[in-house]
Amino acid sequence: MEKRRLHHLILIAGVLSVFVLTSMALGLSDAYRENIYQVGTLKPIDSILKVKVGGRALDFTLPSVSGEKVSLDKYRGKKNVVLSFVPAAWTPVCSDQWPGYNIAKDIFNRYDAILLGITVDNIPTLFAWTNQMGQLWFPVLSDFWPHGAVANRYGVLRSNGVSERALFVIDKEGILRYIDVHDINKRPPLEDLMGVLEKLKK
Amino acid sequence: MKSILVLFTVTALSISTLIFPALAAKKPPEKGERLPVINLPVPKNTDERDYLGLSGSGLFKIPQIKAKAVIVEFFSMYCPICQKDAPGVNELYRLIEKNPDIKDKVKLIGIGAGNSPYEVEVYKKTYDVPFPLFPDKDFVIHQACGEVRTPYYMVVKMNEDGTHQIVHSQLGDYPGAEKFLELVLNASGLK
Repeated sequence: MEKRRLHHLILIAGVLSVFVLTSMALGLSDAYRENIYQVGTLKPIDSILKVKVGGRALDFTLPSVSGEKVSLDKYRGKKNVVLSFVPAAWTPVCSDQWPGYNIAKDIFNRYDAILLGITVDNIPTLFAWTNQMGQLWFPVLSDFWPHGAVANRYGVLRSNGVSERALFVIDKEGILRYIDVHDINKRPPLEDLMGVLEKLKK
Repeated sequence: MKSILVLFTVTALSISTLIFPALAAKKPPEKGERLPVINLPVPKNTDERDYLGLSGSGLFKIPQIKAKAVIVEFFSMYCPICQKDAPGVNELYRLIEKNPDIKDKVKLIGIGAGNSPYEVEVYKKTYDVPFPLFPDKDFVIHQACGEVRTPYYMVVKMNEDGTHQIVHSQLGDYPGAEKFLELVLNASGLK
């Protein structure tokens, strides 16, 4: 009997959470007008992480929207690095994530950190999309070809070919200090990331 | 026992379907309508509390603000247009404050849709926002107001008899401080 009651409670919780989730994805800026493709509510996480906190961050070199190639190892010994994977250009939550980081430059600076934004979209798409966000101070990298290779090596490539909404914090020695593979439907609160960077600084 | 459980589930589901439409409005409140119930925390900052004519602590509702008209801006620190318009909205506040005829009649507040207190603070500091901003981390107010895109502006007129109504609302298209103030004064009958 207890078990059955539990099932009922789970059912109710499930129904309620659908209500909450559907609305969560929509806190959207008018900057993109009608150009945002509504993806609906997705499976929160759809990949298996291949790296772990305490391990060495895997190096990569990717092309950026500004034209130069960016390698992770160029920050070794100089900067803490935040990798922000977002699933795809022109989708609801992603379009509302980097513009916030864009006004938090001084906080990243305070913690001696650089931000690298990464998606599996190609450069022209990223160019058009990030143009809607104003002038971004951080590099935006394209993990388009071989498709999602970096996302895949980190274990954040979803089964449909987009990446997770994931944050990786790498310290100056190249060690992974924080991983947040976030529910794809929600934006990670800024204070969580900044709390981690603040601890690194100490 | 089983029938009790089924009854419980059905009741819970029907209550949730009854309650949710009330909380999560399908569309923004329209001109002429009342505001949905929005509970905001009385600011801890004395200047902000005085600005809104509030006292004590706990929660307050927008119509309790001591004013003839209240401008409510839905913004987000993650919204590029809100960022771009922020200096112009600050200017609106200054225009109102330096005009003795309307200073005590028109007040301005911002609600950070989906923004945590930390995120609202980043926005406030970045743009040096001089008027009170309130976080709405879990989108509760945003949902009650029909999940408007940002920035969204509402002007609420307070009537002598204690009632209120929305006299203007618009999505984006901020025309600059002077034009917007004129629009506010006309819509709320203060001109």
